[in-house]
Amino acid sequence: MENLRNDPDYTLYRPILESDRRFYWMIGFLSVVILWALVMYIRQLVYGLEVTGLNNTVTWGFYIINFVFFIGISHAGTLISAILRLSQAEWRRPITRMAEVITAIVLMIGGLHPIIDLGRPDRVLNVFLYGRLQSPLLWDVTAIGLYFTASTVYLYVPMIPDIALLRDKTNTKLKWLYTFLSWGYEGTERQKHILERAITILMVAVIPIAVSVHTVISYIFSMTLQSGWHSTIFGPYFVTGAIFSGTATLLVVMIAFRKLFHLENYLKKIHFQYMGILLLVFSLFWTYFTFSEFLTGIYGNEPKEMSVIHYKLTGPYAPYFWTMVICNFIIPVVILSFKKLKTIPGILFASIAVIIGMWLERLTIIVPSLSSPRLPIISEPYFPSMTEWSLFAGGVAAFCLLFLIFAKIFPIISIWEIKEGREEGLNEAKERLDSYLPDTIISEEEAT
Amino acid sequence: MAKWGMVIDLNKCTGCGSCVNSCRMENNVPNVGDKAAQAGRTMDWMQIITEYHGNYPNIRIVHIPRPCFQCNNPPCTKVCPVHATFLNEDGLVGQIYQRCIGCRFCMAACPYSAKSFNYSKPDFPEAYEKTLNPDVTRRMNGVVEKCSFCHHRLAIAKDVARFEERDLEEEDYQPACSESCPTNAITFGDLDNPEHRVTHLMHSNRAFRLEEELGTEPKVYYLKKEDK
Ligand code: SF4
Ligand code: SF4
Repeated sequence: MENLRNDPDYTLYRPILESDRRFYWMIGFLSVVILWALVMYIRQLVYGLEVTGLNNTVTWGFYIINFVFFIGISHAGTLISAILRLSQAEWRRPITRMAEVITAIVLMIGGLHPIIDLGRPDRVLNVFLYGRLQSPLLWDVTAIGLYFTASTVYLYVPMIPDIALLRDKTNTKLKWLYTFLSWGYEGTERQKHILERAITILMVAVIPIAVSVHTVISYIFSMTLQSGWHSTIFGPYFVTGAIFSGTATLLVVMIAFRKLFHLENYLKKIHFQYMGILLLVFSLFWTYFTFSEFLTGIYGNEPKEMSVIHYKLTGPYAPYFWTMVICNFIIPVVILSFKKLKTIPGILFASIAVIIGMWLERLTIIVPSLSSPRLPIISEPYFPSMTEWSLFAGGVAAFCLLFLIFAKIFPIISIWEIKEGREEGLNEAKERLDSYLPDTIISEEEAT
Repeated sequence: MAKWGMVIDLNKCTGCGSCVNSCRMENNVPNVGDKAAQAGRTMDWMQIITEYHGNYPNIRIVHIPRPCFQCNNPPCTKVCPVHATFLNEDGLVGQIYQRCIGCRFCMAACPYSAKSFNYSKPDFPEAYEKTLNPDVTRRMNGVVEKCSFCHHRLAIAKDVARFEERDLEEEDYQPACSESCPTNAITFGDLDNPEHRVTHLMHSNRAFRLEEELGTEPKVYYLKKEDK
């Protein structure tokens, strides 16, 4: 214990060893919200989907919106962390762990949403008994299942050395857990080598899986003939949106934990600036896709398509649509392009705006198309009910709660990677930089 | 194999709603009550869609009775994850209520909004309870249902024909809506039988299908409303 206090990375151990009041208050509050959502869900189980605001034209609402939204956020993690690791970006070290945790947690929550949405959740196993592979829903089940497995493994494997550190250095009630999870890792050369191999294989595998997940989710919509959904760019559009909202969530989480756990020394301004650039790039990508999607629709002027577009741009969904444009384009681009505004509170503001904007994007994609049926049928407007709001709140609360619990048990920043960065990263980076530069030593013959 | 289909003459249809009601009685379609109806949860297998052309007072109204079109290339069956809706060997699109998981994907995929979802446990008033049709299952909470072209009547007609040792004749099988239409606007029969009236009407130059360009190949044709 004592020598741990002298450890330069003691800040990272501290949340695990010490706990303060605030933490328990938060846990308590979040549990209340989750319990409430649970009660509302049980009520839904008893009465059926009657308790939602859905109707016979708008058959999908909050649950599917939140499903797409949560799964979208999950792209923060694994994808960003895998790309950063792969490109050997040295500044990734304090970020990757958080990103991976987001993925694992949010996938759990997002994956539950389609089940919440079912009219007969008791028959969910029919998907395995009578599953038809031609249905995009089955593609989803497969892709999300695979992604969840891959990203949990990808979260766990790089965590093994840290768990071993916890096993050796701390003496908490959870020692048995650390002993179990560390799998006898001692940090020998051979173990290190295997670990590195495993991480490399995983990160290469996880990238295509992550991309496929959101593509397949977009296929749920684009495979139907609904106007506004039947679009060829939906795959990449959804993936872009997913990474966009994921990056924003990661930034919010980074800023929150920086404050909560006093990680100012680890998460420096530079990290936020680099992540800010990523957010800016994806904001522009997203705008480009949205623009192309709408321009082709408007230019073609096909009546059914136009009725959906009118619904969004000038009709009942105009307030949501334009708020989305402000949140996803104007706010992030303005804040992130001016040095003066690009402070940590500024970035936090932009990220929250993006999260709200991306949620609204899912809303404006799903509801207007369903509200404009092809035949002139009167469609009642969709208003989410109390149950749907409660379950949404429950989902967000579950995310925060699971994150806090994770942070209480495991270090939220990878300790061994930071140490490795200190000990080896510096030299490696120098060597690498040297290898990029043109050789300065000119051989004798060339000189003459 | 017969290709069961329908031709609906919009000139003749007066929008009286007789088909809608006979369908409700025939198929035990639940009455959802005022509150649910206002929320847009009415369950009509046969629904009358009203199109308004022009502005008041020069208004022209077209009533379009819309059953499920039993598309030959149904976009709704493609997306079902559990094979609970499918094109059966009679060319009709079936629903397996006992298997449906209630994901409502097929509703989102049907371009004609022909399906409805049981948002609550169907409950029938006591008087209604006695008139329920024993040939049609009552649906449970949380599943999707839609017009079946009174498929149970086809099953019965087939049985009767087998019992009488003869082939199925066209008049043996008529759905409730065509049977009850007071103006004979709905003609039902085998679209592949060149002798039948339905085939003549289908080839009329007033005939069209709704959203034909989607390639769903609906088996319900309409005869255009002409102003006289
Ligand atoms: S009308 Fe709709 S429900 Fe009926 S078969 Fe066609 S797509 Fe399916
Ligand atoms: S609601 Fe039922 S019939 Fe429709 S796609 Fe889902 S499981 Fe199939």
